[in-house]
Amino acid sequence: MNTCPENIVLMMHDYLDEEISQEKEKELKVHLQSCEACKTHFHELKKTVALVQSTSHIQAPGNFTQNVMAKLPKEKKKAGVERWFHRHPLLAAVAVFFVLMGGSLFTNWNGGEELSFTQSEQVVVEGNTVVVPEGETVQGDLTVRNGDLRIEGTVEGDVTIVNGQQYMAGAGGVTGEIEEIDQAFEWLWYSIKSAAKELGSFGSDE
Amino acid sequence: MESIVKKRIQQVRKGDQDAFGEIVELFKDRVYHVCFRMLGNRHEAEDIAQEAFIRAYTNIHTFDIDRKFSTWLFRIATNLCIDRIRKKKPDYYLDAEVSGTDGLTMYSQVQTDDPLPEEEVESMELQESIQKEISRLPDKYRSVIVLKYIEELSLKEISEILDMPIGTVKTRIHRGREALRKQLRSI
Ligand SMILES: [Zn+2]
Repeated sequence: MNTCPENIVLMMHDYLDEEISQEKEKELKVHLQSCEACKTHFHELKKTVALVQSTSHIQAPGNFTQNVMAKLPKEKKKAGVERWFHRHPLLAAVAVFFVLMGGSLFTNWNGGEELSFTQSEQVVVEGNTVVVPEGETVQGDLTVRNGDLRIEGTVEGDVTIVNGQQYMAGAGGVTGEIEEIDQAFEWLWYSIKSAAKELGSFGSDE
Repeated sequence: MESIVKKRIQQVRKGDQDAFGEIVELFKDRVYHVCFRMLGNRHEAEDIAQEAFIRAYTNIHTFDIDRKFSTWLFRIATNLCIDRIRKKKPDYYLDAEVSGTDGLTMYSQVQTDDPLPEEEVESMELQESIQKEISRLPDKYRSVIVLKYIEELSLKEISEILDMPIGTVKTRIHRGREALRKQLRSI
Protein backbone atom coordinates (compact mmCIF):
# COMPACT_ATOMS: atom_id res chain seq x y z
CA MET A 1 0.00 0.00 0.00
CA ASN A 2 2.92 2.28 0.70
CA THR A 3 3.93 2.02 -2.91
CA CYS A 4 0.66 3.54 -4.14
CA PRO A 5 0.91 6.98 -5.69
CA GLU A 6 -0.41 9.55 -3.23
CA ASN A 7 -2.89 10.98 -5.63
CA ILE A 8 -4.73 7.72 -6.31
CA VAL A 9 -7.33 8.41 -3.60
CA LEU A 10 -7.74 11.92 -4.97
CA MET A 11 -8.40 10.42 -8.39
CA MET A 12 -11.06 8.18 -6.88
CA HIS A 13 -12.85 11.21 -5.50
CA ASP A 14 -12.51 13.13 -8.74
CA TYR A 15 -13.97 10.11 -10.45
CA LEU A 16 -16.94 10.08 -8.05
CA ASP A 17 -17.44 13.80 -8.62
CA GLU A 18 -17.29 13.16 -12.37
CA GLU A 19 -14.45 15.60 -12.64
CA ILE A 20 -11.67 13.32 -13.80
CA SER A 21 -9.78 13.61 -17.08
CA GLN A 22 -9.71 10.59 -19.39
CA GLU A 23 -5.99 10.34 -18.87
CA LYS A 24 -6.28 10.19 -15.08
CA GLU A 25 -9.16 7.79 -15.27
CA LYS A 26 -7.04 5.43 -17.27
CA GLU A 27 -4.21 5.77 -14.77
CA LEU A 28 -6.65 4.98 -11.95
CA LYS A 29 -8.01 1.91 -13.69
CA VAL A 30 -4.58 0.55 -14.42
CA HIS A 31 -3.59 0.98 -10.79
CA LEU A 32 -6.77 -0.62 -9.46
CA GLN A 33 -6.16 -3.71 -11.56
CA SER A 34 -2.84 -4.27 -9.86
CA CYS A 35 -3.56 -3.07 -6.31
CA GLU A 36 -5.97 -4.92 -4.03
CA ALA A 37 -5.89 -2.29 -1.28
CA CYS A 38 -6.90 0.53 -3.58
CA LYS A 39 -9.46 -1.65 -5.28
CA THR A 40 -11.12 -2.30 -1.91
CA HIS A 41 -10.92 1.38 -1.01
CA PHE A 42 -12.57 2.36 -4.29
CA HIS A 43 -15.23 -0.30 -3.90
CA GLU A 44 -16.04 0.91 -0.39
CA LEU A 45 -16.36 4.49 -1.59
CA LYS A 46 -18.76 3.51 -4.33
CA LYS A 47 -20.75 1.41 -1.87
CA THR A 48 -20.92 4.37 0.52
CA VAL A 49 -22.37 6.60 -2.18
CA ALA A 50 -24.86 3.92 -3.21
CA LEU A 51 -25.98 3.40 0.39
CA VAL A 52 -26.50 7.11 1.04
CA GLN A 53 -28.43 7.42 -2.21
CA SER A 54 -30.56 4.40 -1.34
CA THR A 55 -32.19 6.15 1.60
CA SER A 56 -35.84 6.64 0.86
CA HIS A 57 -37.41 9.97 0.16
CA ILE A 58 -39.58 11.00 3.02
CA GLN A 59 -42.29 13.60 2.88
CA ALA A 60 -43.25 16.42 5.15
CA PRO A 61 -46.10 15.65 7.58
CA GLY A 62 -49.61 16.18 6.20
CA ASN A 63 -50.43 19.34 8.13
CA PHE A 64 -47.06 20.98 7.49
CA THR A 65 -48.25 23.89 5.35
CA GLN A 66 -51.16 24.70 7.68
CA ASN A 67 -48.81 24.74 10.64
CA VAL A 68 -46.44 27.11 8.90
CA MET A 69 -49.25 29.41 7.80
CA ALA A 70 -50.65 29.52 11.34
CA LYS A 71 -47.29 30.74 12.63
CA LEU A 72 -46.79 33.54 10.14
CA PRO A 73 -47.16 37.12 11.30
CA LYS A 74 -50.58 38.58 10.44
CA GLU A 75 -50.88 39.97 6.93
CA LYS A 76 -51.78 43.55 6.12
CA LYS A 77 -55.45 44.16 5.49
CA LYS A 78 -55.05 45.56 2.01
CA ALA A 79 -53.79 42.31 0.48
CA GLY A 80 -56.69 40.49 2.04
CA VAL A 81 -59.09 42.90 0.37
CA GLU A 82 -57.47 42.48 -3.02
CA ARG A 83 -57.61 38.74 -2.73
CA TRP A 84 -61.22 38.88 -1.58
CA PHE A 85 -62.14 40.89 -4.66
CA HIS A 86 -60.25 38.45 -6.80
CA ARG A 87 -61.94 35.40 -5.34
CA HIS A 88 -65.44 36.77 -5.13
CA PRO A 89 -65.78 39.02 -8.17
CA LEU A 90 -69.55 38.59 -8.40
CA LEU A 91 -70.15 39.13 -4.74
CA ALA A 92 -67.88 42.15 -4.81
CA ALA A 93 -69.74 43.60 -7.77
CA VAL A 94 -73.09 43.06 -6.08
CA ALA A 95 -71.83 44.59 -2.89
CA VAL A 96 -70.48 47.63 -4.69
CA PHE A 97 -73.79 47.98 -6.48
CA PHE A 98 -75.69 47.97 -3.18
CA VAL A 99 -73.32 50.48 -1.72
CA LEU A 100 -73.65 52.80 -4.70
CA MET A 101 -77.43 52.32 -4.81
CA GLY A 102 -77.51 53.55 -1.28
CA GLY A 103 -75.99 56.69 -2.72
CA SER A 104 -73.91 56.90 0.37
CA LEU A 105 -70.45 56.26 -0.99
CA PHE A 106 -69.32 59.82 -1.30
CA THR A 107 -71.75 61.48 1.05
CA ASN A 108 -70.85 59.36 4.03
CA TRP A 109 -67.21 59.69 3.31
CA ASN A 110 -66.06 63.21 3.79
CA GLY A 111 -62.93 63.45 5.82
CA GLY A 112 -61.02 66.73 5.77
CA GLU A 113 -60.15 67.28 2.12
CA GLU A 114 -57.38 69.80 2.57
CA LEU A 115 -53.75 68.96 2.18
CA SER A 116 -51.87 68.96 5.45
CA PHE A 117 -48.46 67.66 6.46
CA THR A 118 -45.90 67.68 9.23
CA GLN A 119 -44.32 71.10 9.24
CA SER A 120 -40.71 71.01 8.20
CA GLU A 121 -38.38 73.54 6.63
CA GLN A 122 -36.94 70.91 4.37
CA VAL A 123 -40.07 70.21 2.34
CA VAL A 124 -41.65 72.12 -0.53
CA VAL A 125 -45.20 71.89 -1.86
CA GLU A 126 -45.94 71.48 -5.57
CA GLY A 127 -49.69 71.60 -6.13
CA ASN A 128 -51.07 68.67 -4.15
CA THR A 129 -47.70 67.04 -3.66
CA VAL A 130 -45.30 67.46 -0.77
CA VAL A 131 -41.70 67.11 -1.97
CA VAL A 132 -38.57 66.32 0.00
CA PRO A 133 -36.02 67.76 -2.47
CA GLU A 134 -32.81 66.03 -3.36
CA GLY A 135 -30.06 66.64 -0.84
CA GLU A 136 -32.52 67.59 1.91
CA THR A 137 -32.97 65.52 5.05
CA VAL A 138 -36.10 65.58 7.16
CA GLN A 139 -35.32 64.70 10.76
CA GLY A 140 -38.15 62.78 12.38
CA ASP A 141 -41.46 61.34 11.17
CA LEU A 142 -43.33 62.83 8.25
CA THR A 143 -47.10 62.60 7.80
CA VAL A 144 -48.99 63.82 4.74
CA ARG A 145 -52.79 63.98 4.57
CA ASN A 146 -54.91 64.31 1.43
CA GLY A 147 -51.93 64.68 -0.86
CA ASP A 148 -49.04 62.82 -2.39
CA LEU A 149 -45.49 62.70 -1.17
CA ARG A 150 -42.42 62.56 -3.38
CA ILE A 151 -39.14 61.75 -1.69
CA GLU A 152 -35.99 62.75 -3.55
CA GLY A 153 -33.95 63.38 -0.43
CA THR A 154 -34.01 61.49 2.86
CA VAL A 155 -36.48 61.08 5.70
CA GLU A 156 -34.93 59.99 8.96
CA GLY A 157 -38.05 58.53 10.50
CA ASP A 158 -41.38 56.93 9.60
CA VAL A 159 -43.50 58.12 6.72
CA THR A 160 -47.31 58.03 6.80
CA ILE A 161 -49.52 59.07 3.90
CA VAL A 162 -53.25 59.34 4.45
CA ASN A 163 -55.29 59.47 1.25
CA GLY A 164 -52.35 59.92 -1.02
CA GLN A 165 -49.48 58.18 -2.62
CA GLN A 166 -45.81 58.06 -2.03
CA TYR A 167 -43.18 58.16 -4.78
CA MET A 168 -39.57 57.54 -4.13
CA ALA A 169 -36.93 58.95 -6.48
CA GLY A 170 -33.89 56.79 -7.22
CA ALA A 171 -31.71 58.54 -4.66
CA GLY A 172 -34.48 59.00 -2.08
CA GLY A 173 -34.51 57.12 1.18
CA VAL A 174 -36.53 56.55 4.33
CA THR A 175 -34.94 55.11 7.42
CA GLY A 176 -38.20 54.16 9.14
CA GLU A 177 -41.40 52.50 7.96
CA ILE A 178 -43.66 53.67 5.18
CA GLU A 179 -47.40 53.33 5.56
CA GLU A 180 -50.12 54.38 3.18
CA ILE A 181 -53.59 54.66 4.60
CA ASP A 182 -56.47 55.05 2.26
CA GLN A 183 -59.40 56.04 4.39
CA ALA A 184 -61.90 55.96 1.55
CA PHE A 185 -60.70 52.53 0.64
CA GLU A 186 -61.01 51.23 4.17
CA TRP A 187 -64.44 52.70 4.43
CA LEU A 188 -65.46 51.08 1.16
CA TRP A 189 -64.18 47.77 2.44
CA TYR A 190 -66.24 48.12 5.57
CA SER A 191 -69.36 48.93 3.53
CA ILE A 192 -68.84 45.97 1.26
CA LYS A 193 -68.47 43.62 4.16
CA SER A 194 -71.68 44.91 5.76
CA ALA A 195 -73.52 44.65 2.45
CA ALA A 196 -72.20 41.13 1.93
CA LYS A 197 -73.57 40.05 5.27
CA GLU A 198 -77.03 41.20 4.29
CA LEU A 199 -76.85 39.19 1.10
CA GLY A 200 -77.25 35.95 3.00
CA SER A 201 -77.06 33.24 0.37
CA PHE A 202 -74.23 35.00 -1.45
CA GLY A 203 -72.33 35.44 1.74
CA SER A 204 -72.42 31.72 2.49
CA ASP A 205 -69.82 31.00 -0.13
CA GLU A 206 -67.19 32.77 1.94
CA MET B 1 -41.59 26.26 -12.01
CA GLU B 2 -39.18 29.14 -11.38
CA SER B 3 -41.53 31.62 -13.01
CA ILE B 4 -44.46 30.47 -10.86
CA VAL B 5 -42.28 30.81 -7.80
CA LYS B 6 -41.25 34.34 -8.80
CA LYS B 7 -44.85 35.33 -9.35
CA ARG B 8 -45.84 34.00 -5.95
CA ILE B 9 -42.95 35.80 -4.28
CA GLN B 10 -44.06 39.06 -5.79
CA GLN B 11 -47.57 38.45 -4.45
CA VAL B 12 -46.15 37.68 -1.01
CA ARG B 13 -44.20 40.92 -1.12
CA LYS B 14 -47.43 42.78 -1.76
CA GLY B 15 -48.73 41.18 1.40
CA ASP B 16 -50.66 38.19 0.03
CA GLN B 17 -50.05 35.50 2.59
CA ASP B 18 -51.93 32.79 0.71
CA ALA B 19 -49.39 33.00 -2.10
CA PHE B 20 -46.79 31.97 0.44
CA GLY B 21 -48.83 28.87 1.21
CA GLU B 22 -48.29 27.78 -2.38
CA ILE B 23 -44.56 28.29 -2.02
CA VAL B 24 -44.57 26.14 1.12
CA GLU B 25 -46.49 23.42 -0.75
CA LEU B 26 -43.94 23.45 -3.56
CA PHE B 27 -40.86 23.15 -1.37
CA LYS B 28 -41.97 21.52 1.89
CA ASP B 29 -40.92 17.97 1.04
CA ARG B 30 -37.44 18.89 -0.13
CA VAL B 31 -36.78 21.17 2.82
CA TYR B 32 -38.18 18.67 5.31
CA HIS B 33 -36.16 15.84 3.80
CA VAL B 34 -32.90 17.78 3.98
CA CYS B 35 -33.65 18.73 7.60
CA PHE B 36 -34.47 15.13 8.46
CA ARG B 37 -31.22 13.82 6.99
CA MET B 38 -29.28 16.58 8.72
CA LEU B 39 -30.90 16.11 12.11
CA GLY B 40 -31.90 12.44 12.02
CA ASN B 41 -35.12 13.10 13.89
CA ARG B 42 -38.62 13.77 12.57
CA HIS B 43 -39.76 16.13 15.28
CA GLU B 44 -36.70 18.30 15.01
CA ALA B 45 -36.85 18.19 11.24
CA GLU B 46 -40.42 19.44 11.28
CA ASP B 47 -39.58 22.14 13.79
CA ILE B 48 -36.58 23.42 11.83
CA ALA B 49 -38.23 23.10 8.40
CA GLN B 50 -41.16 25.19 9.66
CA GLU B 51 -38.80 27.75 11.10
CA ALA B 52 -37.00 27.93 7.74
CA PHE B 53 -40.23 28.81 5.94
CA ILE B 54 -41.20 31.36 8.58
CA ARG B 55 -37.81 33.05 8.23
CA ALA B 56 -38.10 32.98 4.46
CA TYR B 57 -41.46 34.71 4.81
CA THR B 58 -40.30 37.40 7.19
CA ASN B 59 -37.17 38.08 5.11
CA ILE B 60 -38.75 37.73 1.68
CA HIS B 61 -37.89 41.35 0.79
CA THR B 62 -34.16 40.52 1.10
CA PHE B 63 -34.39 37.74 -1.49
CA ASP B 64 -32.85 38.67 -4.84
CA ILE B 65 -35.61 37.82 -7.30
CA ASP B 66 -33.10 37.15 -10.09
CA ARG B 67 -31.60 34.24 -8.21
CA LYS B 68 -32.87 30.75 -7.62
CA PHE B 69 -35.34 30.66 -4.73
CA SER B 70 -34.53 27.08 -3.71
CA THR B 71 -30.85 28.02 -3.19
CA TRP B 72 -31.87 30.81 -0.84
CA LEU B 73 -34.38 28.61 0.98
CA PHE B 74 -31.90 25.75 1.42
CA ARG B 75 -29.40 28.22 2.76
CA ILE B 76 -31.80 29.30 5.48
CA ALA B 77 -32.69 25.68 6.26
CA THR B 78 -29.13 24.33 6.39
CA ASN B 79 -27.98 27.23 8.56
CA LEU B 80 -30.79 26.50 11.01
CA CYS B 81 -29.91 22.78 10.99
CA ILE B 82 -26.24 23.51 11.64
CA ASP B 83 -27.19 25.82 14.53
CA ARG B 84 -29.38 23.12 15.99
CA ILE B 85 -26.69 20.47 15.63
CA ARG B 86 -24.14 22.70 17.37
CA LYS B 87 -26.51 23.44 20.19
CA LYS B 88 -27.21 19.81 20.99
CA LYS B 89 -23.65 18.62 20.55
CA PRO B 90 -22.86 18.10 24.27
CA ASP B 91 -25.54 15.48 24.90
CA TYR B 92 -24.88 13.95 21.53
CA TYR B 93 -21.44 12.92 22.68
CA LEU B 94 -22.70 11.81 26.08
CA ASP B 95 -24.99 9.22 24.58
CA ALA B 96 -23.79 8.55 21.10
CA GLU B 97 -25.39 5.11 21.25
CA VAL B 98 -28.78 6.41 22.29
CA SER B 99 -28.83 9.02 19.54
CA GLY B 100 -29.41 6.19 17.11
CA THR B 101 -32.78 5.50 18.67
CA ASP B 102 -34.11 8.64 17.03
CA GLY B 103 -34.28 6.59 13.88
CA LEU B 104 -36.58 4.15 15.64
CA THR B 105 -39.39 6.66 15.67
CA MET B 106 -39.19 6.61 11.91
CA TYR B 107 -39.42 2.85 11.94
CA SER B 108 -42.34 2.74 14.33
CA GLN B 109 -44.21 5.47 12.48
CA VAL B 110 -44.10 3.54 9.26
CA GLN B 111 -45.24 0.36 10.94
CA THR B 112 -48.83 -0.65 10.34
CA ASP B 113 -51.02 -3.38 11.74
CA ASP B 114 -49.87 -5.81 9.09
CA PRO B 115 -46.63 -7.50 9.90
CA LEU B 116 -43.95 -6.35 7.50
CA PRO B 117 -42.23 -8.77 5.19
CA GLU B 118 -38.79 -9.68 6.40
CA GLU B 119 -37.03 -7.95 3.51
CA GLU B 120 -38.78 -4.72 4.30
CA VAL B 121 -37.77 -4.89 7.93
CA GLU B 122 -34.21 -5.49 6.83
CA SER B 123 -34.34 -2.58 4.44
CA MET B 124 -35.69 -0.32 7.16
CA GLU B 125 -33.00 -1.43 9.55
CA LEU B 126 -30.46 -0.68 6.86
CA GLN B 127 -31.97 2.75 6.33
CA GLU B 128 -31.74 3.44 10.03
CA SER B 129 -28.12 2.39 10.13
CA ILE B 130 -27.28 4.65 7.21
CA GLN B 131 -29.11 7.58 8.80
CA LYS B 132 -27.34 6.93 12.08
CA GLU B 133 -23.98 7.08 10.35
CA ILE B 134 -24.91 10.26 8.49
CA SER B 135 -25.89 11.76 11.86
CA ARG B 136 -22.48 10.88 13.26
CA LEU B 137 -20.68 12.99 10.65
CA PRO B 138 -19.38 16.37 11.82
CA ASP B 139 -21.82 19.04 10.65
CA LYS B 140 -19.47 20.51 8.05
CA TYR B 141 -19.28 17.18 6.24
CA ARG B 142 -22.88 16.26 6.89
CA SER B 143 -24.29 19.32 5.16
CA VAL B 144 -22.33 18.79 1.93
CA ILE B 145 -23.09 15.05 1.82
CA VAL B 146 -26.80 15.63 2.37
CA LEU B 147 -27.01 18.37 -0.25
CA LYS B 148 -25.06 16.35 -2.79
CA TYR B 149 -26.50 12.89 -2.30
CA ILE B 150 -29.95 13.52 -0.87
CA GLU B 151 -30.82 16.67 -2.80
CA GLU B 152 -28.51 15.81 -5.73
CA LEU B 153 -27.35 19.38 -6.09
CA SER B 154 -24.35 20.50 -8.12
CA LEU B 155 -21.12 21.55 -6.44
CA LYS B 156 -21.81 25.10 -7.61
CA GLU B 157 -25.24 25.19 -6.01
CA ILE B 158 -23.89 23.70 -2.79
CA SER B 159 -21.18 26.35 -2.73
CA GLU B 160 -23.86 29.05 -3.04
CA ILE B 161 -26.04 27.52 -0.36
CA LEU B 162 -23.20 27.15 2.11
CA ASP B 163 -21.50 30.34 1.00
CA MET B 164 -18.07 28.81 0.51
CA PRO B 165 -15.75 28.28 -2.48
CA ILE B 166 -16.32 25.24 -4.70
CA GLY B 167 -12.85 23.98 -3.73
CA THR B 168 -13.88 23.85 -0.07
CA VAL B 169 -17.12 22.05 -0.95
CA LYS B 170 -15.13 19.46 -2.91
CA THR B 171 -12.67 18.88 -0.09
CA ARG B 172 -15.50 18.48 2.40
CA ILE B 173 -17.32 16.02 0.17
CA HIS B 174 -14.12 13.99 -0.14
CA ARG B 175 -13.58 13.96 3.62
CA GLY B 176 -17.23 13.25 4.29
CA ARG B 177 -17.16 10.31 1.88
CA GLU B 178 -13.99 8.97 3.50
CA ALA B 179 -15.50 9.25 6.98
CA LEU B 180 -18.69 7.52 5.86
CA ARG B 181 -16.70 4.85 4.06
CA LYS B 182 -15.03 3.87 7.32
CA GLN B 183 -18.32 3.99 9.21
CA LEU B 184 -20.31 2.02 6.64
CA ARG B 185 -17.62 -0.50 5.81
CA SER B 186 -19.17 -3.23 7.94
CA ILE B 187 -22.66 -2.91 6.49
ZN1 LIG C 1 -2.86 1.11 -4.52
